[in-house]
Amino acid sequence: MGKTIDQIKAEALKAVETASDPEGIKELSIRYLGRKGAVTQFLRNISDLPAKERPEAGKKANETKKILDSAFKEALERIQKPAGADDRIDVSLPGRSVQVGHLHPITRIAGEICGIFTDMGFDIVEGPEVELDYYNFESLNFPPDHPARDMQDTFFISDKVVLRTHTSPIQVRVMEKTDPPVRVIAPGKVYRCDSDLTHTPMFHQVEGLLVDENVSFGDLKGTLTAFVHQMFDEQTSLRFRPSFFPFTEPSAEVDILCVMCRGKGCRVCSQTGWLEVLGSGMVHPAVLENVGYDTTRYTGFAFGMGVERIAMLKYGIDDIRKFFENDFRFLKQF
Amino acid sequence: MKVSLSWLKDYVPVETGAEELADALTMAGLEVETISDRYAYLDTVLVGRIVKISPHPNADKLRLCEVDAGDRTVSVVCGAPNVAENMFAPLALPGTVFPDGTVLEKSVIRGQTSEGMLCSEAELCLGSDQSGLMSLDPALPAGAGLADALGLQDKVFELGLTPNRPDCLSIIGIAREVAAIQNTGIKYPESGISDAGDEISGRASVTIDAPDHCPRYAARLVENIKIGPSPFWLQEKLMSVGLRPISNIVDITNFVMMEMGQPLHAFDFDRLAGHRIVVRTAAEGETFTTLDDKERALSSHMLMICDGERSVAVGGVMGGLNSEIEDNTTNVLIESAYFSPVSIRKTSKKLGLSTDASYRFERGVDPGGTVKALNRAAQLMVEIGGGRLVDGLIDEHPKKITSPSISLDIRDANRVLGTALDQDEAEALLKSIEFEVEKTDADNLLITPPSFRVDVSRPADLMEEIARLSGYNGIPTTFPAMPAEARKSTAALELRNRVKGLMTGFGFTEAVNYSFMNKDACDRLRLGEDDPGRRMLDIMNPLTEEQTVMRTSLIPGLLETAYRNIARQVRELKLFEIGKVFITEPREDLPKEPEMFVALRTGARSGISWHSKEASCDFYDIKGLAEGLIRALNISNLKFTRMPDEKCFYLRPGHTARILAGSDETEIGVVGEVHPEVVHSFDLKQKAFVFELSMESLAPLIPEVKQSEPIPRYPSVSRDITVIVNKDIEAGRLLENVGNIGEKLMEDVRLFDVYEGDPVPAGSKSISFRITYRSPDRTLEDEEVTGIHRNITDILVKEFDAGLPA
Repeated sequence: MGKTIDQIKAEALKAVETASDPEGIKELSIRYLGRKGAVTQFLRNISDLPAKERPEAGKKANETKKILDSAFKEALERIQKPAGADDRIDVSLPGRSVQVGHLHPITRIAGEICGIFTDMGFDIVEGPEVELDYYNFESLNFPPDHPARDMQDTFFISDKVVLRTHTSPIQVRVMEKTDPPVRVIAPGKVYRCDSDLTHTPMFHQVEGLLVDENVSFGDLKGTLTAFVHQMFDEQTSLRFRPSFFPFTEPSAEVDILCVMCRGKGCRVCSQTGWLEVLGSGMVHPAVLENVGYDTTRYTGFAFGMGVERIAMLKYGIDDIRKFFENDFRFLKQF
Repeated sequence: MKVSLSWLKDYVPVETGAEELADALTMAGLEVETISDRYAYLDTVLVGRIVKISPHPNADKLRLCEVDAGDRTVSVVCGAPNVAENMFAPLALPGTVFPDGTVLEKSVIRGQTSEGMLCSEAELCLGSDQSGLMSLDPALPAGAGLADALGLQDKVFELGLTPNRPDCLSIIGIAREVAAIQNTGIKYPESGISDAGDEISGRASVTIDAPDHCPRYAARLVENIKIGPSPFWLQEKLMSVGLRPISNIVDITNFVMMEMGQPLHAFDFDRLAGHRIVVRTAAEGETFTTLDDKERALSSHMLMICDGERSVAVGGVMGGLNSEIEDNTTNVLIESAYFSPVSIRKTSKKLGLSTDASYRFERGVDPGGTVKALNRAAQLMVEIGGGRLVDGLIDEHPKKITSPSISLDIRDANRVLGTALDQDEAEALLKSIEFEVEKTDADNLLITPPSFRVDVSRPADLMEEIARLSGYNGIPTTFPAMPAEARKSTAALELRNRVKGLMTGFGFTEAVNYSFMNKDACDRLRLGEDDPGRRMLDIMNPLTEEQTVMRTSLIPGLLETAYRNIARQVRELKLFEIGKVFITEPREDLPKEPEMFVALRTGARSGISWHSKEASCDFYDIKGLAEGLIRALNISNLKFTRMPDEKCFYLRPGHTARILAGSDETEIGVVGEVHPEVVHSFDLKQKAFVFELSMESLAPLIPEVKQSEPIPRYPSVSRDITVIVNKDIEAGRLLENVGNIGEKLMEDVRLFDVYEGDPVPAGSKSISFRITYRSPDRTLEDEEVTGIHRNITDILVKEFDAGLPA
């Protein structure tokens, strides 16, 4: 039998007073209270004591355990409290840098547009960027040798293959494979041979199509109004203006109240107070006939918008070419 | 198309201001793009009073004038014969831009300063008199603006017309719309010419050999015309819509085209061989010199107007030099025809020649307006040119074009539009634009559009007319019925978005480059002869040399992006792009469009900072990214193996790995350093590292749902191991070997040190791993772990002829 419990206690408390760092305290804690520590050993060896001494010794040992435990904790707290200026760090120094990257603004805006329409109940579909003339033009009621083809400056691969000038061919591809109702939006890259401050040879569109029984022009207006209110805000009013697209009849251009000047007239809206942001209309019966839909039963609407155009308005970007220069100083702002 | 309000008012009263009218037209589908003030060029022209005249010291014919311009006196040098003291005349100040484009500047004329110019009517396009100064009413206040003083005001609309509305390519066409909008009548011009008589048939003839190209050809003959300048009213009309007056006959044909939309052609009758017109297609290989003095190669689908011997005009596009009106022309044959829109468009495209005439013919002129326009021109030639109209009309009309009769059920219209219009309202709207409407029963209307509305052929077209005339903005706004179903996206889009999210989290920024590339990009990438990247898709009409083919790789675009940024002093770049590349397929019309992912890293790993020294990024940075991204997608069994040197192409041999993954070790991409020659050919001047993945091969390797595993309940034990091996042995082989031992208790192996140099013998290196052991059902005993660990060490020693540190 070694030291008495009181001896152990006294020794431990003395040691604790002189300990100067957390490691030292931790060591003491292990030496006295650990699995092989002195107090633990003492408790384990109680069975060796005469039976009448055992309860007293056990009680004392447990008390000691508690006392030492709190003494160690106190000591630890004392040590960890700042002792002086030497321990301080310069919190004003920069931290170790953690940086996120940036999504391209087109990805952000296209995602936002798609999100609004999927929330409304549209599915997202995609299609090829190099497209047959049939899907890009003919099935959409652009006859060969029709001046309507001049509305979209086209890159040709061959007589019958083009770079898609809009994402509308996806509409036809979807309708060929699906019976009504069809509710889809088609985002993607499109190509037109045109390049200046407001045109790039590649840009992005999101097109929508809804074909069902009893779909009306009023529904088109409601859907696009809801979209514009979510994309911009509730104060952004819309006006629908007759226009012409071969694949819709009636066709409408949709202007929104200028988001910069709120209709007062400014440089962005060319002093008109309105901004043209969407093309739309009721799907032309010839297009529905081309995919074998029963035009006495089904009607539909379609709409399309340029993602860059919306992004330029939302972020106040004045030159469309910035999107494709990929200048990091531009990209990091998004 | 330009429309001046003053001309418009010849046919329809304008009841509102210009802005309001423009707005109404725009909202009816005829977009007014700009409104300009026709007399804006007179802003710097004032009423001047000539106060004093003195002789010019150096020129007999010039005078020095002091001109009262209201608040000041201006010195002007003037050569007009009628200049006189106290005369009132227009005074143009420096800065004035005359209608012919010349700009007036302060000048010195023979040593005398002229601070302005006194003008004639003709110089200001206010009349035709050019003999002297325009004499103004002396009651006008000197210094007043000339336009105000004379009450000159006119607005010109520039309309952006859609291709479906050729009927609006004329002043009368716009007047019809204005009349409908305002609900006022329209006054059509009357020619007063009768079709009676048949003198012409003995004098001229027309034969149509190509009726598909030319369904109708009408002509009249006017003789004894005197060619000369047009009267001012006619010149003024043409100038108001931006046309330049030439001579009375040519001006009349242009006037009628602008007024009625029907292009006309005037031939010098005496230069037509046999006094006949033959309408036929060209002979293949034939050449012809058009009015603009250019020789044009013709092909057999082109429609030609010929006389008895030769071609005299490219039908509907441009006349020929050989029959044009000249100053001594006296007899004129006027052509008014309806040509097939498709035929004219093909010819115009093929010749690369678009004229006011072809623009109208290819969109479709009024097939019912052929003779009206002809008569109008004939009448004006008699009145203005002093000619005599030869009695009778030639009107060859081999193919009749009739307006369709369209049945419209008003219930259908209301269903499609979402309106509640009744039959009477629809009828009134359609009648306002000259449609014939017949009620067939309570719901149905039988409608015949006027001949000039070539765009209207089916009920949907009528619905648009009804909607646009009643106003789109009055249609009630409703919302379509939508089922409460979960929405679907595409798997490709979901994966793309997931990768984009991870990459931005890793600190990489997304780039979007053009899908085009320069054809030489494949050579600059050092691609092999058979590389699929050489199967480029050519664009027939590229905009620039840099964009002649569709990209077969994302690498060139990203390297160019890196180049541009580095040139702008942004040298540390972490970029990525996801997009399609385009690989042609033999015997297929459309190319394959695989979607690719590329990340590019260049420059310092971390910028200058107080935490660590600045260091360039290296292969292991981009490899770590690849590992991080692919593991984040829960793809299992990821492996990197050395890329054989001959397959590295744009990547640096010895610094490039293939990426394999999945149970059958599919190759999903590559990671490596960009080949120094490629770096050089893209002018980068710093190392770049890339990581390329095929999105399509990635997709099937991603588990849809990852099953969870229990969290370990027992503690682990870690042991380190260091072996000394030949320095050519790849660490990956050792790791793989340890993994292949198949020890169940081994949980993780991590390489933490590679060292060459003393005390490791030359030609060798030491490699250290930490192996973690754990049992799922008990706490491991020291002895057990020691045994296993020793066993693993022995295997490595044997397998790699390895030594152990002393």
